[in-house]
Amino acid sequence: MSEQLLDLDPIGAGDTETLEVSMGPHHPSTHGVFRMDVRLEGEKVVRLKPVFGYLHRNHEKIAEHGAYLAAIPYTDRLDYLCSMTNNWGYCLAVEKLAGIPVPERAEYIRVIVAELTRFQNHAGLIGFLLQDMGASGTPLMYAFREREKILDLFESLSGARMMCNYMRFGGVRVDCTPAWLDEVRALVAVLPRFIDEFEALLRGNEILMARTQGVGVLPRDLAVSAGVTGPMLRASGVNYDIRKVDRYGIYDRFEFRVPLGDHGDVYDRYMMRLLEMRESLKILEQALRDIPAGPIMDPKTRLRGLRPKAGEAYGRIEAPKGELGFFLISDGSTNPYRYRVRPPSMINLTILEDMCLGHNVADVVIILGSVDIVLGEVDR
Amino acid sequence: MTALPTPEDIKAQIEAGIPGAAVTVITNGSPSAQHSLLLDNQHARDAAVFLRDHPDLRLDFCSLVTGVDWPDTETTEKIKVRKTVDGVETDVEEARKTKIPGYLEAVYHLFSMEKKHGPVILRVRTANRTDQTHVPSLTPVWRSAEFQEREAFDLYGIVFDGHPDLRRILMWEGFADFPMRKDYVPPADDRLAEVHA
Repeated sequence: MSEQLLDLDPIGAGDTETLEVSMGPHHPSTHGVFRMDVRLEGEKVVRLKPVFGYLHRNHEKIAEHGAYLAAIPYTDRLDYLCSMTNNWGYCLAVEKLAGIPVPERAEYIRVIVAELTRFQNHAGLIGFLLQDMGASGTPLMYAFREREKILDLFESLSGARMMCNYMRFGGVRVDCTPAWLDEVRALVAVLPRFIDEFEALLRGNEILMARTQGVGVLPRDLAVSAGVTGPMLRASGVNYDIRKVDRYGIYDRFEFRVPLGDHGDVYDRYMMRLLEMRESLKILEQALRDIPAGPIMDPKTRLRGLRPKAGEAYGRIEAPKGELGFFLISDGSTNPYRYRVRPPSMINLTILEDMCLGHNVADVVIILGSVDIVLGEVDR
Repeated sequence: MTALPTPEDIKAQIEAGIPGAAVTVITNGSPSAQHSLLLDNQHARDAAVFLRDHPDLRLDFCSLVTGVDWPDTETTEKIKVRKTVDGVETDVEEARKTKIPGYLEAVYHLFSMEKKHGPVILRVRTANRTDQTHVPSLTPVWRSAEFQEREAFDLYGIVFDGHPDLRRILMWEGFADFPMRKDYVPPADDRLAEVHA
């Protein structure tokens, strides 16, 4: 690959100022196996080409070879920090394709686990971002301390911390107990203190502001055209949250705000995550208050040997990283004819070069950190 | 959220707005009822710009781009043929095979961030799966298609004319085949070394 890239526009023979640096694939700041071919003039970035595919296992082909049910555990491994929302995106697409209803209690449980997922993803992202900035250890460990509590809840609910494999089309796999709901309530009651603490530690920190404000600006029009979604899009001031636009599941029942940024720089993207964590807690409080008793799955829903009528469906949700969509084509058999993931991490990388041009090479690391990518999803 | 016109209305608007454009509505039999519009390759990019800039539609957000492989299919029909067998005229059943050529398809899911509606689904098709696998690239219209069209090129072999940087994206340079195609045969284990070379 590298030869091909160099051939595109080689550095002139007499040019001794320009330097080609291959950042990654094994570099701590790339959050996995991801490479950037960066061309530098001094410290300034003049070209940047992302190179990925190192984790490619043709997830889509694997899913097309299995039954509809068999793809759910594989979706866990896309964005391996957010298996619950991945499950939901896929189940929503299958529910649209086959017209499967979801009972109310299952919808509430989905919202609860999805918002917990969003919380732990954003906390982790901020921790990693500060780690990339040189705040070695402390913020990341603070974030992971809280994340661990949420993963413990996932474990007691689904049996696994990260690879939850919890949702099914038509509902969820197992019901939650009243004791589990009380544990979530207790955790949600103390989490605001964690955000306060985190904010007190970082807000107004001069180094943080100097490193993030005005860095990696993503203009609004470019963000829309490039299909950027999630907190990154909203940091550029575009009010587009699929929980509000599509109102999938039962999101129309909750009161929450969609935080928006002004500048679209790294600082706004970082603040967006902090504010969204607070909104997630609001949704959690309402969901935990209103969750009804009842079934978690319609007994008539067929999980094994589901054969949807020939046709297609696109289902999408607001995953922590952006719009996660699944596009399915059925030919009437037990396997999807076409199974396609819309990976928010990968599409949000489209404008990485645009955001990095003209910045110092050290800023590339935090600009990439603010995009929030997981290579399991980028490469599939 | 504003209501989206029906696919038939959008078809009529495209055909009225772009002279010569031929649009076919493809109905979707699933409960999702997400119907799509098949564009002719010659006018696809004009139609895309038209949809993006249309004041009522404003489809500014191209969410998903994907390839789909539809291999050649063969249908067998039984027809009766009058033949003379051993001097006697009888009706003989003969199987007649019809080959329906396959194609590759690129599917675009469009939404509007401004009007908050969607999806409008566009499809463009290649002439066949072997030597005429070209469709126009819509990356000049929506930047978000850049990586996804590269992926469809990489995994399906659809060549997007006008794409600024059409290279493999997930597989490595030098890899010859298109692994998402339905007739792809993975290399045997003892051949892996040469494939990776």
